[in-house]
Amino acid sequence: MPAETPGLFAAAWIVARKDLAIELRTRSAFLSVLVFTLLGLVTFFFAWDPTAASALDLAPGVLWVTFTFAGLLGLHRSFGVEMQDRAMDALLVAPVARESIYLGKAIANTVFVLAVLLVAVPALALFYNLPLLRTLTTLGPVAVLAAVGLVSIGTLFSSMAVNTRLAELLLPMLSLPFFVPIVLASAQASTRLLAGRPFDEAVPWLKILLAFDIVFVLACTVAFPFTIEE
Amino acid sequence: MTSPTHSLPPTSRPLFDGLFFLAVFGVLGAVVRIVFFTPYELAQGAAQKIYYIHVAAALSAYLALAVVATTSIVFLWLRDARADRLAESAGEVALLCTTVVLTTGPFWGKPIWGTWWTWDARLTLTLFLWFITASYLVLRGAIDEPMMRARYSSVLGILAALLIPFIHLSVYMFRTLHPDPIVLKPDRPSLPPEMLLTFVISVLAFLFFCFMLVRARYRLALLRELAEEAT
Repeated sequence: MPAETPGLFAAAWIVARKDLAIELRTRSAFLSVLVFTLLGLVTFFFAWDPTAASALDLAPGVLWVTFTFAGLLGLHRSFGVEMQDRAMDALLVAPVARESIYLGKAIANTVFVLAVLLVAVPALALFYNLPLLRTLTTLGPVAVLAAVGLVSIGTLFSSMAVNTRLAELLLPMLSLPFFVPIVLASAQASTRLLAGRPFDEAVPWLKILLAFDIVFVLACTVAFPFTIEE
Repeated sequence: MTSPTHSLPPTSRPLFDGLFFLAVFGVLGAVVRIVFFTPYELAQGAAQKIYYIHVAAALSAYLALAVVATTSIVFLWLRDARADRLAESAGEVALLCTTVVLTTGPFWGKPIWGTWWTWDARLTLTLFLWFITASYLVLRGAIDEPMMRARYSSVLGILAALLIPFIHLSVYMFRTLHPDPIVLKPDRPSLPPEMLLTFVISVLAFLFFCFMLVRARYRLALLRELAEEAT
């Protein structure tokens, strides 16, 4: 009698655990993406005249731009690791829905980018002299919304880009136009929240982020099986 | 999976035929009418005449992009190679039209707004339409296997159609400066009859020209496939 096949989310969780276990044991991508993010935060600081623009105005923009580029580095790896020894074929013959593979990869990537942010946001508060507690409480929720949107798009395009001739170049080119609403809305929302403006002013931007997440998580889950047909 | 239905004609048709040159003359005729036979607008003077080209190109670009999105859905649904060829052809024409919009705009913006470029909602949206269309074509160029190319670009075409409302909404909330529509608005067009006629002629000439360009490009795609099969 064949073993019982796991459901959509149970299978997704198995794929996510596999990816996170690989990352936990090698830590190669996490460290490089983290260092890239910290370098980005530091480098941006020197690109501005500190007497012309206050750190409070700069910080959110710097964080979200750096985070976007750093995310791309990590996302490229997501399907890059499956190329070695044709591991992707093994994933595809597994008795699980194709959507589970996408969701599993996306869950692992979300944990990955949130782990990077967990270090990057306090570092931002340190380097740009922001009040730590308010930075964490205001940027935290925005970060979760932004990460889900970024990962949903990035994971799908990663699976496409690895099969093309311009793999490393194509992922940013495909993804960045899609990241524009995320960067714009996150930066606008967090600037207002960090400056202590009323929460209502950030709500329209948070709504855009939430709507983006819902639309693209669903659309990318549906679209993913089309990208891996053999 | 079913293989794509090839509909290669026994003899290939010419890329540029009489209808194509008629379309070229149509655009040239529209330009002559815009320059010599349309009155100057009172406040903006000669700069306003860019409007007839700018808006005609913008409408053509929107239409071409709608064709890309629709044919992308059709391809994933029916797996018809014709839908993919049409998407590719419309995508290239869309890039051309968006480029015309983005280059004619600044020539109007400099004398009227006093700046070549501004981060207005519509300008930003058009710029990103250009980026997305360009990356769509780069993606197509980066994949050799025809079925994979068609599937990937269809997925991108559909996702891009979902993205446009988000970019539009977010950049609109960011800031807007662009003039409101003059002709395509709920109430009556506020253009004088003579100018309205020029506008209509220009839009029709542009749409017809773009249609002919897509047709020529579609035939080129067919020729390319024939050449690939021969090798």
